[in-house]
Amino acid sequence: MALDTTPKGWRSWVRYALLIVMAIIILFPIYTTIVASLKPGNRVLRNPLVPDSFTLDVLGDAWTQGRLGRYLWNSAVVAVIVTAFQLITSIASAYAFSFLRFPLKRFFFAIFMATLLVPFEVTLLINRRTVDSLGWLNTYQGLAVPFLATAFGTFLLRQVFMQIPKDLNEAASMDGLGHWGFMREVAVPLVRPTLGALGLFSFLASWNQYLWPTMITTEDDMNTIQSGLRLLRSSDLDKPNLIMAGTIIAAVPILVVLVVFQRQLVRGLTAGAVKG
Amino acid sequence: MFSRGKYGRGVASIRLVGVSKHFGDVKAVDNVSLDIADREFMILLGPSGCGKSTLLRTIAGLEDPTGGEVYIGDRVVNDVLPKDRDVAMVFQSYALYPHKSVRANIEFPLKVRGVDKVERAEAANQAAEVLGLTPYLDRKPGALSGGQRQRVALARAIVRRPAVFCMDEPLSNLDAKLRAETRAEIVALHHRLEATFVYVTHDQVEAMTMGTRIAVMRDGVIEQVGSPQEVYDTPASVFVAQFIGTPPMNIFPAGALEPGNLLVGGRPEDTTITRDQGVAATVVLVEHLGHEAQVVCAVDDHTRAIVRMNPSDDLPRNGDTVRLNVPVEARHRFDSASGTRVD
Repeated sequence: MALDTTPKGWRSWVRYALLIVMAIIILFPIYTTIVASLKPGNRVLRNPLVPDSFTLDVLGDAWTQGRLGRYLWNSAVVAVIVTAFQLITSIASAYAFSFLRFPLKRFFFAIFMATLLVPFEVTLLINRRTVDSLGWLNTYQGLAVPFLATAFGTFLLRQVFMQIPKDLNEAASMDGLGHWGFMREVAVPLVRPTLGALGLFSFLASWNQYLWPTMITTEDDMNTIQSGLRLLRSSDLDKPNLIMAGTIIAAVPILVVLVVFQRQLVRGLTAGAVKG
Repeated sequence: MFSRGKYGRGVASIRLVGVSKHFGDVKAVDNVSLDIADREFMILLGPSGCGKSTLLRTIAGLEDPTGGEVYIGDRVVNDVLPKDRDVAMVFQSYALYPHKSVRANIEFPLKVRGVDKVERAEAANQAAEVLGLTPYLDRKPGALSGGQRQRVALARAIVRRPAVFCMDEPLSNLDAKLRAETRAEIVALHHRLEATFVYVTHDQVEAMTMGTRIAVMRDGVIEQVGSPQEVYDTPASVFVAQFIGTPPMNIFPAGALEPGNLLVGGRPEDTTITRDQGVAATVVLVEHLGHEAQVVCAVDDHTRAIVRMNPSDDLPRNGDTVRLNVPVEARHRFDSASGTRVD
């Protein structure tokens, strides 16, 4: 096949070359992590980029020595609670901002949105003090409660609720539905793709929490997977590949969730972008 | 089948007493009083923005009136929720639930009212049969044509057997052929259901062919209420005269056809081109429609008049100067200031 040397062809070549470089930059840390996690400890620092030997022992060691099973369970419990509640609170608040009439609605919505401007780190200390005063250090509620509502979810769902035709709401009220009925029977089923995407985001964000679990867990039993990996590192300084193996194990559930819900995620993010 | 009031109260007359609906400074409906008899097919007709849909929505309970009282049967329903008014509504956009099958859409009002599954299914089957929807019961609305969706919306309305049907321009999204067919279906449905229909349209053909009475609205008020023939034969104002009838009634300036200060109107089919009597006008366009020809004449800078002629007649040509006349018995006279009928 002849090389395409037209200006359009060259642009295409340059574009693909850039994409390949960016893909290499993004995939490189993942590659080194996988290679290191599959190499025996004594060979990990020799030719670190070359997969010249293979063992599953390191993954096994990380699982047992790091108590990753326990940490994964904790992460799953917290992520499921946070996701469920974020969906519920986002649906309720977004519905109110979309369909209910009440005084100062725009003002309250602006306040809601303003919380998006406050970085979590700003509220970290005061939240920790609150959780401590409630006696919730080293508890699931301590890990989950500060994240049960999200302004982002409210915003996202409000945008899609607003696209539901007004006639549908009125038809439902003629049919005999009140607000709860309309929300349950019509509004929520219609925004299911966006709910899927929001659920996935909530789950990922909760799963990847590091700072908060580190701050409020002092007992090993209550570590989540991300805060638990830190202990793996400090306990086995001479085995750098252990932490790599732990990271791989920590990423597997997320990978599974992403693969399973990938279509949902893309549909949810593009929902309403084009008139259907 | 579908006798009314199965799930509702079965009361069907409607009375509006001084009903107003204001949106800020805009008077969408202004002090409207109207009696709609039991089992009547009342058309609310008028141009866009005249308040006809707002009035319909006020009857249905989707708008709270700013003033006045709405009676359905013998009770005031101002504070009654839409679902408790025994009224069904068919929307211009159909407003079907896109995630539910046709069957689920039709059954839905009954499901909400707690009707058991077997009875629901039976009622949905009957409604689907009446409207020719049986083959489509398991489809989603997205897989139906516009006409089929409209029929699903009608089926969802009739399945509840309400006493009153409110319809807000239900045919406006259909093509001309389908519109004519569905028009006939709705009229047949009215006979079958023995219910009161209130039907909003801006299409005078729908109004003339479907309604037992027409209320012509303009700027939030009712200009005239009457049977289609009454409204056509004796329009109460220049506005009604020109809104009803295609082409509209010709209105000649005061003093042109008759001495005095009255505007004189004549239907295009009553207006004739004569040799020596009548108003002088210039032919600006001759339209051939096959079964007839319409001769458009300019009476003056602001007044056009249309004459319907037989295409085989000796038709004038563009630019010809002609005289237009209306037989005395076919003339309509209107006050030149208020525009209201004076005879």
